[in-house]
Amino acid sequence: MVVGKPVERVDAFEKVTGRAKYTADLFPRNALIAKVMHSTIANGKVLSFDLDEAGKIPGVVKILTCFDVPDIQYPTAGHPWSTEKKHQDISDRKLLNQRVRFYGDDIAVVIAETEIAAKQALALIQVKYEEYPPVFTVADAMKPGATVIHEEKPGNVIVHSQYEVGKFDNAITEPGLIKVEGDYHTQPVQHCHIENASSFAYMEGDKIVVVSSTQIPHIVRRICTQALGCSFGQVKIVKPYIGGGFGNKQDALTEPLNAWLTTKVGGRCVGLFYTREETFVCTRIRHAMDFHIVSYVRKDGTFAARSVEAYSNQGAYASHAHALVANAVNAFRMMYPSGAIKGDAYTVYTNLQTAGAMRAYGIPQIGFALEAHIDDVAKAVGIDRIAIREKNMMQMGYVDPITTITCHSTGLQECMNKGRNFIHWDEKQKEYAKENGPVRHGIGMAIFCYKTGVYPISLETSACRMVLNQDGTVPLQRGATEIGQGADTVFSQMCADTVGIPLESVHIMSTQDTDITPYDTGAYASRQTYVCGMAVKKTGLALKKKICEFAAYMLKKDESDLDLQDNWIVHTVSNEKLISLAEVAMEACYSLSNSHHIAAEETHHCSDNTYSFGVCFADIEVDIPLCKIKVNNIINVHDSGTIINPMLAAGQVHGGMSMGLGYGLLERMVYDPKTGRTLDDNMLDYKLMTALDTPELNVEFVEPKDPTGPFGNKALGEPPVIPVAPAIRNALLDATGVAVDAIPLNPEHLFFEFKKAGLIK
Amino acid sequence: MDKQKITFTLNHVRREEYIDPRASLSEVLRDQMELTSVKHGCNVGECGACTVLVDGEPFNSCIYLAIWVDGKDVLTLEGLTDIDGKISDIQQAFIDEGAVQCGFCTPGFIMSSLPIIESEKTFSREEIRKQISGNFCRCTGYETIVNAIEKTAKARKSGK
Repeated sequence: MVVGKPVERVDAFEKVTGRAKYTADLFPRNALIAKVMHSTIANGKVLSFDLDEAGKIPGVVKILTCFDVPDIQYPTAGHPWSTEKKHQDISDRKLLNQRVRFYGDDIAVVIAETEIAAKQALALIQVKYEEYPPVFTVADAMKPGATVIHEEKPGNVIVHSQYEVGKFDNAITEPGLIKVEGDYHTQPVQHCHIENASSFAYMEGDKIVVVSSTQIPHIVRRICTQALGCSFGQVKIVKPYIGGGFGNKQDALTEPLNAWLTTKVGGRCVGLFYTREETFVCTRIRHAMDFHIVSYVRKDGTFAARSVEAYSNQGAYASHAHALVANAVNAFRMMYPSGAIKGDAYTVYTNLQTAGAMRAYGIPQIGFALEAHIDDVAKAVGIDRIAIREKNMMQMGYVDPITTITCHSTGLQECMNKGRNFIHWDEKQKEYAKENGPVRHGIGMAIFCYKTGVYPISLETSACRMVLNQDGTVPLQRGATEIGQGADTVFSQMCADTVGIPLESVHIMSTQDTDITPYDTGAYASRQTYVCGMAVKKTGLALKKKICEFAAYMLKKDESDLDLQDNWIVHTVSNEKLISLAEVAMEACYSLSNSHHIAAEETHHCSDNTYSFGVCFADIEVDIPLCKIKVNNIINVHDSGTIINPMLAAGQVHGGMSMGLGYGLLERMVYDPKTGRTLDDNMLDYKLMTALDTPELNVEFVEPKDPTGPFGNKALGEPPVIPVAPAIRNALLDATGVAVDAIPLNPEHLFFEFKKAGLIK
Repeated sequence: MDKQKITFTLNHVRREEYIDPRASLSEVLRDQMELTSVKHGCNVGECGACTVLVDGEPFNSCIYLAIWVDGKDVLTLEGLTDIDGKISDIQQAFIDEGAVQCGFCTPGFIMSSLPIIESEKTFSREEIRKQISGNFCRCTGYETIVNAIEKTAKARKSGK
């Protein structure tokens, strides 16, 4: 059996030899190149273009503007489509926009024979705008009289939602409660996948083919058809290897415009490859969210009532919109379900770049705010930081009163125990408490819970297909996508074990083609091993049954006595190996009397969900005069149920921890306060973690088998990013006594915090 | 613009090529020589995905003019696999240590690691981190990449 084993990645050889082909590697030589013209104002309207000079550049094939595109507004979020109108994503942009809503909006496009010609032409296009006063903050956008960014949302608020569990106003009247409140702020950051947003498109007959670096091929097909006003069968999406996504490519990015462009040049192949700068500004970012949290705590540390008010800066277009902040305020409730709880959340349009999905979908934001707040509460009440969490955190059997998502398994307590021992919590806490010099140490921790997939908010469905080759090998197809996380490898492991064949016999088809691959919504929500994993299991069992049926016919045996184990048909009563799978497969294909092409395809309609858990413990050094934090020791301990591949799982945690460290210590998007222009739209000014900035990363797992997961497994891909920033913030509080309520904790920020606290002059 | 002739060694083979003198080395390697292990992640020398060796030293080929390699020796990731398809120790270590995820930065990292593993000097983990800090990876947190390089360097020194 290979499930649970650290087998090597099925695509590793391709990737270490340079043979793995990504979108740009497949782009035909001498095809046309498109370059987008982006607006240089944040709020206004294009009045006119002067294209005369641009059109004279040799090699320019066509210039198209916002006045040429179909008059269709379409949504871009990578959500499963809802057939109910009120649950559908917001259609608020066109392929090119006359109404400009952020500095960098798409207003025109040049198609040329070379990139140089396209760029030269772009520089010569003259544009006249009508400008409106831009609004960059949620507060400004919500002010009466603020410019309306989308006429469908006159107050700029996209959605305002509320919930209440228990009777909040009654709960807070309990005598003896201590009230603790705080404001917490998270900054916008970018995904920084190393492969930029990339696609090219051409036509085959009447069909538009888009080759794209996307996490969600089937969803992108739907969005392209909506944007162009055509039908599903007229578009196909091909997804080769992709150089990272982290949620940014869980959105339609370049694809709809690219699909339209090929139709404007007679179906010739057109490439649309975003630069790094465009990827920073014109794709998506993580939402900046502001939280106001109030807790009413008993003296023993249990919660009587808690509330959260959350404001999410959506930027110019809705993308995934309110789903993220809704996810955040739901996790606020789920993590500590005791007492009365209420949540209040706003998602608001502003004239900044568009925010969308990014690894863990709103939870790093609430994770920072909530876990910082829990430490603030522990300090105010005088209770141990770990004990207060243990008293209030989600327990086995919890059923969320609003979503009904149930805690089917939890190893959270064990995660906390392991982390506590690893970091020497009790000893270090005592040791560091004595320090008062310019360089001090501190330890901190934070926990999280995370759902697995999107049920019951949205559809969860996944299909898989397996075919038996004549030699007993099995090509495996599924719509769930490999984006670097190792999906292809774990699906191959699952297939091998379920069918009863060695791993080498599974030939996973990594490239997706929406005309060929079975339907799946794609890589997001840490859903694939849970949802598609079940589809693989069902399909594997169906294939095995068909193989055994044919073997029974060949051997004239009772099918119920046969099993397929490690490439052999085995008699389950005598344990005797009867015939090899290869012989059965040959006969099935070439039998003169009863040929039978053995294949199986199954859909898993998923109607369950389950929580993953985990914790980060950090041991840091704070140089107060330098305003600098150094992480000396850090560990994430995760309960993601059964681990399918320990090597790949550790890799997911390493990457998430690194991203969490960047979120907590370095990364942020910076905007010009007057124009809204993104100032750090490159990898030099934007502070991404290098190897030198990254400490040694420690990872452990606890593995309670989840009864709802296909192999006892649950969410893993996104969660590791969540607890890191708050663990460091809490360690900083431990080291210095300064409760910093915004990230990143970079020197520039800490200087002001330390000054305010009187630690430096 | 008229093309100019350059003579150089590419992946152990002597070559004469006519190139656009404005072209970067990465453009020539990708578009003219079809060596697509050379990746474009930023085109301005920030990300390291296009790293190749020129006369044994790692360079960001996106900001290195192709014309400058005239008379020089260029090595890309493709040059590490021999004619029978056998891969080198560092490539194998990237597989074994789980240092590959999306794989887009992998070619650049392997090329940047060559001077480390070929050096007489023994690099500490911290020194390895410094040597590869011109290459970005968003998937791995660098942990397994450092492991793969450290392991290969050690194995070479002990003659394994």
